[in-house]
Amino acid sequence: MKRTIFRNQLLPWLLLAPQLAITFVFFLWPAAQAVRQSFLRQDAFGISTQFVGLSNFKALWNSPEYLNSLQVTAVFAVMVTVLSMGFSLLLAVAVDRTIRSSSLYTTLLVWPYAVAPAVAGILWWFIFNPTIGIMPYVLDVVGYDWNHISSKTDALVLVVIASAWKQISYNFLFFVAGLQSIPASLREAAAIDGAGPVKRFFDITLPLLSPTTFFLLVVNIVYAMFDTFAVIDATTEGGPAQATNILVYKVYFDGFVGQNMGSSAAQSVVLMGIVIALTVIQFRYVEKKVAY
Amino acid sequence: MASITLDTVGKIYAGGTRAVTGVSIDIADGEFIVLVGPSGCGKSTLLRMVAGLEPISEGTVRIGDRVVNDIEPADRDIAMVFQNYALYPHMSVRQNLAYGLKNRGTPRPEIDRRVAEAAEILQIGPYLDRKPRALSGGQRQRVAMGRAIVREPAAFLFDEPLSNLDAKLRVTMRLEIKELQRRLRTTAIYVTHDQLEAMTLADRLVVLNGGRIEQIGTPLEVYRKPASTFVAGFIGSPAMNLIPSRAVPGLPGTAHAGIIGIRPEDLTVAPDGPIGMDVVAVEELGAQRLVHGRTGGEPLTVTMPSDAALSDRLQLAWRPGALHLFGAEDGRRID
Repeated sequence: MKRTIFRNQLLPWLLLAPQLAITFVFFLWPAAQAVRQSFLRQDAFGISTQFVGLSNFKALWNSPEYLNSLQVTAVFAVMVTVLSMGFSLLLAVAVDRTIRSSSLYTTLLVWPYAVAPAVAGILWWFIFNPTIGIMPYVLDVVGYDWNHISSKTDALVLVVIASAWKQISYNFLFFVAGLQSIPASLREAAAIDGAGPVKRFFDITLPLLSPTTFFLLVVNIVYAMFDTFAVIDATTEGGPAQATNILVYKVYFDGFVGQNMGSSAAQSVVLMGIVIALTVIQFRYVEKKVAY
Repeated sequence: MASITLDTVGKIYAGGTRAVTGVSIDIADGEFIVLVGPSGCGKSTLLRMVAGLEPISEGTVRIGDRVVNDIEPADRDIAMVFQNYALYPHMSVRQNLAYGLKNRGTPRPEIDRRVAEAAEILQIGPYLDRKPRALSGGQRQRVAMGRAIVREPAAFLFDEPLSNLDAKLRVTMRLEIKELQRRLRTTAIYVTHDQLEAMTLADRLVVLNGGRIEQIGTPLEVYRKPASTFVAGFIGSPAMNLIPSRAVPGLPGTAHAGIIGIRPEDLTVAPDGPIGMDVVAVEELGAQRLVHGRTGGEPLTVTMPSDAALSDRLQLAWRPGALHLFGAEDGRRID
């Protein structure tokens, strides 16, 4: 690695300053504010504020709504991750087998990543709209009455599909790169060793792809838990009956709609803890590469 | 154990590029055949067609008495050693060796016996439980060969297996491969671009150029009687001198030849020799020296003992029967 030595002591700090300033203003300061606020309670009019210690956190553990949201988040994250990773692996394997025009497929498949989450949400909301959407019409033909406004399952399926769809491009790119880094001769050797295409995939390709898979696993969980706010907000707004109220949406809803700043702050601190834990796992294992 | 027969085999890629044209070779049971030629001559493509990794566009390939054109690689009863070894990085050496047997449903005790046997032959016993990345280049090479021999196939296919090793190890492994093949008496096809490797390993050489066979023969036949200027320049080191006959006019018996070939080691210094050479450069090899010069404007190389006297101009003669004559247009040998 190339190392640059600065003679001027001030210059490196000046060069770092913009990034540090952004990190401070948009991350460290709000995070500190959230931590501070999680120990406080404000009255309904924001006139008096008092220190309440850990009682905001205790209240969370005793709140059935919060525990429900925790469960919804877990189910949601697992479904989004499995769906988007599974589907993108399928696409990546298909593209890897195609020699001609694979770059065209790759380009086209990357497009959804450029779509803003809110737009993706609206897109799927239209497709699945019980009144005007195409999917409910199709489902009606096969005898299923789709209504994500009243059905909890339908609502969850809708946000899972919308969220997973947006992440497929990202996963796909990494899987394609991962597949292309596996030497063709390994699969040829396995073919000579008597392994058919399916067995080759599970015995050779999948294990060798495990560093990529693990990296994407963490990225997707983080995505599902934190970056899907706009999808939820644009489609179900957490409903019906809390069925799609994931943690990150509940933070927003309790804080900015319900005006319960103390509880909202405590929830965001819990979320911050989860992000930190996932990041630690990421660095610990991904840096070392998953052993094979 | 099987013979392999290639009958007018050709390869045309999807884009229309022709890689191999009309290759016919009869390989006897237990024979060691080396396909040799410069890069892009089609030798690897030919091997991959025999292995089944590349569809055969024209002609037929037989292994034993079966036509294998439409048979899957797994069912051709061959084993292949790849240039980059292609060891499965996530499996231990033992698992690497056993994988092919396991896929074929070989019983466990039989697998263990064969793996132990291969490990014994190749002296890789101590590394059986290591992963490939914990092995040196030479050890990986041995494991790759082990994976081929546990299968006890009808034929071994080698695709430049030594080109990733350093020069010294390459010489050792070359000898080991030769001994191993002698011992197992398994038919082998070996691809290399290294003429020395080809000479030392082969029972018979197949020299390829531009997707066609230039010559088939034992190493000595090919060395002594190269069929074309291409073979003459490719086999033998230092390469044979190929001089247009007009550069050395008046040599006896060369009137009808376009190109005259003389190996550097067949030239000797003789005061009354018919070829005069102006010395340009000298390379010392220790026991010998290579003297490069020009005659009639054409480059010429002579091998000399390192204690022979040097001067700026040398008169050279050749050993009797050492002249090779080739046609001017097609470069084919004239006898």
